[in-house]
Amino acid sequence: MERYPVNKIIPFSSVDGPGNRTAVFLQGCNFDCRYCHNPETRKLCTDCGDCVPKCPAKALSIEDGKVVFDYRKCVACDTCIKTCTHDASPRIRWMTPEETFEEIKKQVPYIRGVTTSGGECTFYPDFLRELFTLCKNAGLGTLIDSNGSYDFSKDPGLLKVCDGVMLDVKSWTKEDHAKVVDFSNEMVLKNLKFLAERHKLYEVRTVVVPGLFDVEGTISRVSEYIKDFPEVRYKIITYRPMGVREKYAKEMNPPKKDYMNQLKIKAESIGVKTVVLV
Amino acid sequence: MRDISMDRVNSTRDQMLETVKSPTLTHEQKVATMANLADSLLEVLDLPEGLDELLNAPIDKQCICDLSEGHAPLRPRYIIPDYEKFLREGSSFLRLEPAHDLLEAMNNLLIIYKNVPSVTNFPVYVGALDKLLDPYMKDVDDETALKLTKMFLIHMDRTILDSFCHSNIGPEATRAGRIIMKAVAETCDTVPNVTMKYDPDITPDDFAIQGIETTLKSAKPSFANHKMFVNDLGEDYVIASCYNGLKYGGGSYTLVRLILGNIAKRAKNIEDFKKNVLPYVLDIQARYMDARVKFIVEESGFFENNFLAKEGLIHREKFTGMYGLVGLADAVNILMEKEGKKGVRFGHSKEADDLGVEIMDIINDFNNNHEAPYCEATGGHYLLHAQVGIASDIDVTPGTRIPIGEEPDEMIDHLRVLSRFHKYFPAGTGDIFPIDTTVHKNTDYLLDIIKGAFKDGLRYLSFYASDSDVIRITGYLVKKSEIEKLENGENVMQDTTALGMGAKHNGHILERKVR
Repeated sequence: MERYPVNKIIPFSSVDGPGNRTAVFLQGCNFDCRYCHNPETRKLCTDCGDCVPKCPAKALSIEDGKVVFDYRKCVACDTCIKTCTHDASPRIRWMTPEETFEEIKKQVPYIRGVTTSGGECTFYPDFLRELFTLCKNAGLGTLIDSNGSYDFSKDPGLLKVCDGVMLDVKSWTKEDHAKVVDFSNEMVLKNLKFLAERHKLYEVRTVVVPGLFDVEGTISRVSEYIKDFPEVRYKIITYRPMGVREKYAKEMNPPKKDYMNQLKIKAESIGVKTVVLV
Repeated sequence: MRDISMDRVNSTRDQMLETVKSPTLTHEQKVATMANLADSLLEVLDLPEGLDELLNAPIDKQCICDLSEGHAPLRPRYIIPDYEKFLREGSSFLRLEPAHDLLEAMNNLLIIYKNVPSVTNFPVYVGALDKLLDPYMKDVDDETALKLTKMFLIHMDRTILDSFCHSNIGPEATRAGRIIMKAVAETCDTVPNVTMKYDPDITPDDFAIQGIETTLKSAKPSFANHKMFVNDLGEDYVIASCYNGLKYGGGSYTLVRLILGNIAKRAKNIEDFKKNVLPYVLDIQARYMDARVKFIVEESGFFENNFLAKEGLIHREKFTGMYGLVGLADAVNILMEKEGKKGVRFGHSKEADDLGVEIMDIINDFNNNHEAPYCEATGGHYLLHAQVGIASDIDVTPGTRIPIGEEPDEMIDHLRVLSRFHKYFPAGTGDIFPIDTTVHKNTDYLLDIIKGAFKDGLRYLSFYASDSDVIRITGYLVKKSEIEKLENGENVMQDTTALGMGAKHNGHILERKVR
C-alpha cells in the first residue's frame, strides 16, 4: 500500500471550509509564494540530519541514513523547522489513505467534512481519490485547498468524490503571478473557470500584500468572474508576517484594516454575494 | 428540638455581629446571611448515625456537604412554578388578574418572581420566556417588543440579586425567542441565565446559530440536549439554577453532594473504595437527604401554606431530590496514586476513565435501589446531579469534569472523555468551553460540535468568548468587572459575584483552556 507524506492533521478546524472539519496537510509544494506562512511544508526532507541532535524531545532519530520521526514524542516546539535549511520538515508521517481515514474517523460525529491542504495536496491525486472515497462512504464532505496548478479537468475521478475546491488566485496577470510565486498562473485561471462552471468551486482566496502585485486589479477581475456563480465565496486574506521567511518578510507590509474593508466593498459592489475578510 | 452548647451559640453570635459590620456585603446579603446563621442554631432533623463525622469535617476531609441548605429547611431548595398557568389564571394571593397583553404579562411575571422562594431567596427558574411571551407579542411590533424585552431583562438583572436564576428557550424557533436572544446579546447581563433546549430535528439551524452568536457576546444561552432530557424526565422538564434538569410545576427538595476526592482518601485501595468506603458514604448521604425531604414535606408546612402550592402553581408530587457529587477526577487520581500509578490520570488514560465509569456505575446502581421518600415524580428515586462546586472548594473538581489546567490538548479528546459521563445526570451536568473568537469566526463550527456532542451522548454544553466580560463560572454567570470591584472592597449587587471571586482564586476558572 502506497504511503504519502502527511505534515499534520488538525482534528477540529474552523478555518478550512464550512462548519467543523478535520484538515489534512500534505507535504510538498511547487509554488514559492513570498508570503508563505508555512514554508516548511514546501519540500521533502533530504535526510541531512541537521535537526536530529537539536530535538529537545528526542522525537527524531536516524535509522539507515533516514530521519525518522516519532510523533508521539513530539512537543511541537518547532526547533526542527527553525533548524532546517531546505524548506522542509522532518515531522512527516508517511501514511496510507486508510490510515489517514482512521485518524479522521475519530472526529465523527463532530465534523461535517474533511479538507485536504498542504503544501499542495494535489501533488498526490491517488491519495486524494482513495481518501475521499472513504470519506464519502462515511457521509463526510470533502474539500481541496489548492494553488490551482493541477489540471482538474483531466481528473474526473477526483472531482467525482470531491465536493469542491478552495482555489488560490494569487494575482490575475501572468507577470504579477511570477512576482508572487515564480510560476505561471495559466492553469490557475483555467481551473477557476472549469471548476466554477461545474459547481466545484467552493471559494476563491487572494492574499493581500500592498505593492507586491496589482491587488485592486486582481480583486476586480476575480469578482467580475465569480459574480455569476453566487455559491462561490471570495475570501480576501490579510497578509501577516508570522511564519514568513525573513528575507521576504522584510520586504512586505500588512495591509491596513481600512484598505481591506475597501476591497470587500469593491468585490461586493461588483456583485460577489459572499465576501469574507480574514 | 435538641439542645446545643453555649459555645456554639456564642460563636454564631460572633459571626452575626461580623455580618452586621461587614463592609462588602449589601443590605440584602446581610439579611440572608443573618437568617442562615439563625437557622444554623436549630437541631430538628432526624440525622443518620455517622453523618456528623462526614459532614462537619475540615475542608480536606469533608465527605458530604449540604450546600448551606440550613438545619431546618423552610422551603424546597429549587422551586419551578407553572408560569403559564399563572399568566392564564392570575393569582388570588398576589391579587393579579390574568394577563391580557405583553405589558401585563411582563409586569405580572416581575411581581411573581419576587415571591418565588429558593435556597438563594431568589427564583432559580423564571420560565420558558419564549413560550410565555410569544402569544402576547402577536400585536406588538418588533421594535417595541425588543425595547420591552430589554427592560424586562434589565429589571430582572437588577432585582434578582443572584445569578442562579435560569430561563429557557426552544427547542422550537419563535419570534419571541429571537427577540429575547437579541435583547440578551444587547444587555450582556448575568441574570437571567439562559438555556436553549436544542434538538436538531426540531430546532432550525438559523435559530441555533443565533444562540451561538448570542453566547459569544453574553456567555448565554447554554445548549441542552433536548432528546436526552425528554427521554430521562419527560416533555415537562426545565433547566433551572446552574443547569439542573427538573420537572415543571415541581422542583427539588434538596441537593446534597458527595466529595469523592475526600472519600477516596479514606480508602486503602481501589477495591476498598468500591466495596466498603464508597457504599458506606452513599448510604449515609441518602438517609440524610431522606431526613431533609421528610422534614420539608411533613413538618415545615410549606406545601400546605405557600400560595404557589395552594394555587396549583407547584405540586408536591412533581418534586424530587438531587443526589449530588463533585470530584470524580480527584477520586480517580487519588485511587490511582494509592495503586502506585501516579501517571495514570483522569482524562488522559483509558484505565483512569474506566475507573471513573465504574465508580459512576456504583453510585448510579445505589441510587436506583434507594427508595427516596416523596419522589414519585422520578420513579421513587433521587436524580443524580454533577454539582459544579462552591467558592470555598479547594482542590475539588466540579462534577465529572477534567480539572482546569489538565484539559487534553485537542478538544475532541476532551469531548470523548465527557461523553462517557453525561448520561448519568438527568438532574444536570455540563461542560464549559471558552472560545477564541479571533480564530473561530465560523459559527457553524460550534453548531457542528454541538450536534456531534449531542449524538455522542453529551447532555449540556456552554461556550463563551475568551475575552468576554460576562463569563460562566461553574454554571452561573458573573461579570469579571464586578469581581474586580469586589476585590477592591466595593459593594456589588449580586451575591454570586462573591462566589465567582472565590472560584477565580480557589478554582482557577479564568485559566480554563481556550478552544
